[in-house]
Formats: sequence, C-alpha cells, structure tokens
Amino acid sequence: MTDLAWIDAAFTAARPQALGALLRYFRDLDTAEEAFQDACLRALDSWPRNGPPRDPVAWLILVGRNAALDGVRRRSRLEALPDEEALSDLDDAEAGMAERLDGSHYRDDILRLLFICCHPDLPATQQIALALRIVSGLSVKQIARAFLVGESAIEQRITRAKARVSAAAVPFEAPGAAERAERLSAVAAMIYLIFNESYSANAVADRGRAPLCDEAIRLARLLLRLFPAEPEIMGLAALMLLQHARTPARADAAGNAVLLEDQDRSLWSRPMIVEGLALIDKAMRHRRPGPYQVQAAIAALHARAERAERAADTDWAQIDRLYATLERLQPSPVVTLNRAVAVSKLRGAGEALAMIEPLAPRLSGYFFFFGARGAFLQQLGRMEEAREAFNRAIALASTPAEAAHIRMHLDRLAADGDAG
Amino acid sequence: MLYAILCYDYEDAVGAWTKEEETAVMGRLSAVQEGLARQGRLGPVARLVPTTAATTVRKAQDPVVLDGPFAETKEQLLGFFVVDCADLEEAIETAKDLARANAPGGSYEVRPIAVFRPGQVGTGSAVG
Repeated sequence: MTDLAWIDAAFTAARPQALGALLRYFRDLDTAEEAFQDACLRALDSWPRNGPPRDPVAWLILVGRNAALDGVRRRSRLEALPDEEALSDLDDAEAGMAERLDGSHYRDDILRLLFICCHPDLPATQQIALALRIVSGLSVKQIARAFLVGESAIEQRITRAKARVSAAAVPFEAPGAAERAERLSAVAAMIYLIFNESYSANAVADRGRAPLCDEAIRLARLLLRLFPAEPEIMGLAALMLLQHARTPARADAAGNAVLLEDQDRSLWSRPMIVEGLALIDKAMRHRRPGPYQVQAAIAALHARAERAERAADTDWAQIDRLYATLERLQPSPVVTLNRAVAVSKLRGAGEALAMIEPLAPRLSGYFFFFGARGAFLQQLGRMEEAREAFNRAIALASTPAEAAHIRMHLDRLAADGDAG
Repeated sequence: MLYAILCYDYEDAVGAWTKEEETAVMGRLSAVQEGLARQGRLGPVARLVPTTAATTVRKAQDPVVLDGPFAETKEQLLGFFVVDCADLEEAIETAKDLARANAPGGSYEVRPIAVFRPGQVGTGSAVG
C-alpha cells in the first residue's frame, strides 16, 4: 500500500471522531472542517517521514485544534504568530490527549456530528449529501457521481443544508438518555437512506458497484461500536450487509436487473453474509424486535437459502410471518406488497392478488406495485390484464434497468401469446 | 516451536480501505503465506469479522453475556496466523515479512503456543 493510500484510509477512519471533537471545541462546522483539513495537510507532511502516530485520531484533533487557534489568533492580531515549535513535542501531548479522549465525550461527539446531518428541517436529499460530505469526507464530485446528479446540484444541496443547520443551532451539551435514543434512531434512518439511495441508483446501472452502500455499512459499524448493545442498530447493519452481499449478482453482464430468485448465488459476498448473520443472531437475543431487525431477519432467510445454493430452499412461510410482524411494527402498503410476494409463493398468486388490490389507490404511482400485480396476473393466466399492469409499470420506471426488466416480462407474455 | 502471530490494527482504518487496496494487501499477504506453506510451516490462518459482531461471555458460575468485544481498545484483534518457527528470531522474521506485506499502522504480536490441537473444522464450507 502506498503512503498516500494508508494515510487516506487513516483520515477516513479518524474523520468522524476528530471532526466531532473539533466541532465541540469550536461550535462551528466550517471552523471544525477547516481545522481538520489543516491537520490532514500537516499529517501528509509528517506521517510519511515519522511513520503513523500511535493514535492518529488524537494527533489530528490536537494538531487541528492548534492550527485553528493559530488562525484565530492571526486573524485577531492579538498575539504574535506562534512558531512551529509549538507542535514539536507532540508525543507527550498526544498521550495526554488520548487519555482524555477515552472519556465519554467521543460517543456524543460522533453522534452529534451524524445528528446534525439529519436535522428534521433538512429534506432527505440534503441530509444524505451533507452526511456524505461532512461525516464521510467524500468530495462533491464523488457524491455527484454516486447519485448520477450534477456537481452543482450537490454543491447547492450541501450549501443549503449547512445554512439551515447553522441557523438551527444543535445543542452542544451531552444529551440525556431520551434525547440520545431519539438522535440514534434519526441517524439510523439517515444511514439507511444513504444505503437505499445508492442501492437503487447504482447497483444495477453501475454493474453491481455501489460504493455508497459500503459507506453506509461503515457508518452503521461506527454507530454500533458506539452503542454496542442496541439491537436495532445491529439489525440495521445486518440488513445492509445481507442486502449488499447480493449486489454483485443483481445485474447481468449487459446491466439488466436480475431477480432474486434468478441470481447466481455463488456471486453473493460470503464475508458480508457471515457478518450480517452474526449481527442478526446477536440482535435477536435481546428480544426487542424492531423494523430493521425484522427486515434483516427476512434478508437472512434469503441468505441462508444461499447455503443450499437454491432459491427453492427459501423459507417462504417464515418470510410471510416476518412481514406480518413488520406490518404490525411499521404499517405501510409497501410492506404489504412485499408480503404478497411471499404469499404468492406459499398460497398462490390468487391470494396474493387479493391482498394487494386494496393497496391500489395508495400505490398508484409505484413501479413495484404494477410489476408485482402484472406478475401475479400473468401467473393466473390473465394475460391482457397482466400486459396492462406491466405497461403501467414501464411508465413509472425510474431507471432504464427497471424498464428493461418489465419489458422482458412483456416479451415473455408476447412469446407465450404467440405459442398459445 | 509453534507461534501465534496475532494481527492488531485500527478496525476503522482497515474498514476504510478501498476494494483495490484490500485486494492488493490480501494478495501480498497470500504470497507470504504461500512461502510459509511451501516450507511446511503454515498452520491455521483466520481473519475475524469486525468486533461489532463480537459477543463477550464473562466467566462465572452464572456467565454474563455482553455485546461487543471483550475490551474497548484502540486497536483490535483482526486475525491470526499459526506458524512453525525454529526460534523467536525466525518468528520475528516471519512477522516482519507479514508486516512489510501489510499496510503501515497496527502491530503483529508474536506469542509462543503452549498447547495446540488443530481440530477438524475449517476444511468444509462453514467459514465465509
């Protein structure tokens, strides 16, 4: 690994904690970011010569804080410029800093940094852009490319989000238990949003590459390290790992979507499945089910069918039961729609169709509703109605891959029609 | 004599490697392992799932189960090698080879093994 590569990885890893601490000192996002940036520049000079510091996070916080204080002094012209000697004896200072960092602060520092990005005043698109810029340290260009959006649009989202955040004034005191739990759940939702946006935008269009899915998983692991006994955070991490494990199999060589049941299961990522299953096992022991855990448990059943390397081994009855639980915890027509797919496998397309018919008014603009409806009708031999549903789906498709997938169904219908 | 070479590193930093860096490091480590295997010196090798997936069971008559790794440390145990070495010098040389192949940061701890039972698992598909 080149110097630059490992230093870059060290910066990425240190960023949430270092930036979170600098934000607590300076209470201003721009100052904190600038301080962190300064520290990174100095590290690029110092680390390759002296080797990595014992505690990179403490090093970056200390150097960043000093650099920003220098800047403040310079601007206010109250003191003469401090010389670089002030930074010479970092080792001792680093040790002292490391000890203080071991306190309880860092947990709330990181949580605050994440929480700022999911302020309720911010629309989802701004939350995601801000979190990826601030917490993950991705460049505007990287974010724009990941979402297939122009750079100026992303730039604008970040600028607007920052303005709203600084107007909203997030409190800097350590939060109470209830406040902390609220922040945690807002942050979890934001992380899942990043994952989902990337999962739908990239995975198929970009031939199974979805770098922001990896980033969302990294953020979930970070959160889990801060709150190791929260079953819903375990569930969130497990859910994303188990879904993302399938990414390499979700698109064929031509970039077309491949349905779960048709995927080459040998392409699924084993390490991610192992980690996801380990986390959902841990979460279940708490017996405090929540929406992420239930969804992860469903994903786990698909992943376990991978062991047998056959979609036919999927435990649809258990999946149906889990969706029923999810309907109770988090009622939504989309959940019912998903449950109907399990029901179609278990008890046939007729029952599944009856289940989704009442959802029509609420899902009249939803691609997957018409996709599923078309598939159920097709299985029931109601070809004309199936064609109609698939045509509605195509009109609602948000990516070329979605449209192509439905067109494939239509082609099959047409072929069946010719044969009959 | 058998030595365990335990790999400690910043889990967050290792988790931030790009796919390309990850592949490059794993490739170089495999090359070192292949060399050891050719000399008949390589025992079991394991890479562990991140500590977020760890559960800790405290020893007692009524053991307590805790989420997370046994200790919250700056660097985490990420994996280990078991290697047959003539003496400590050779074990340190082997650890140095691994250290050069790996990314900077983190450490290898060299620990002689007192009792070793290779067991039977790991040849099947149970490991991810």
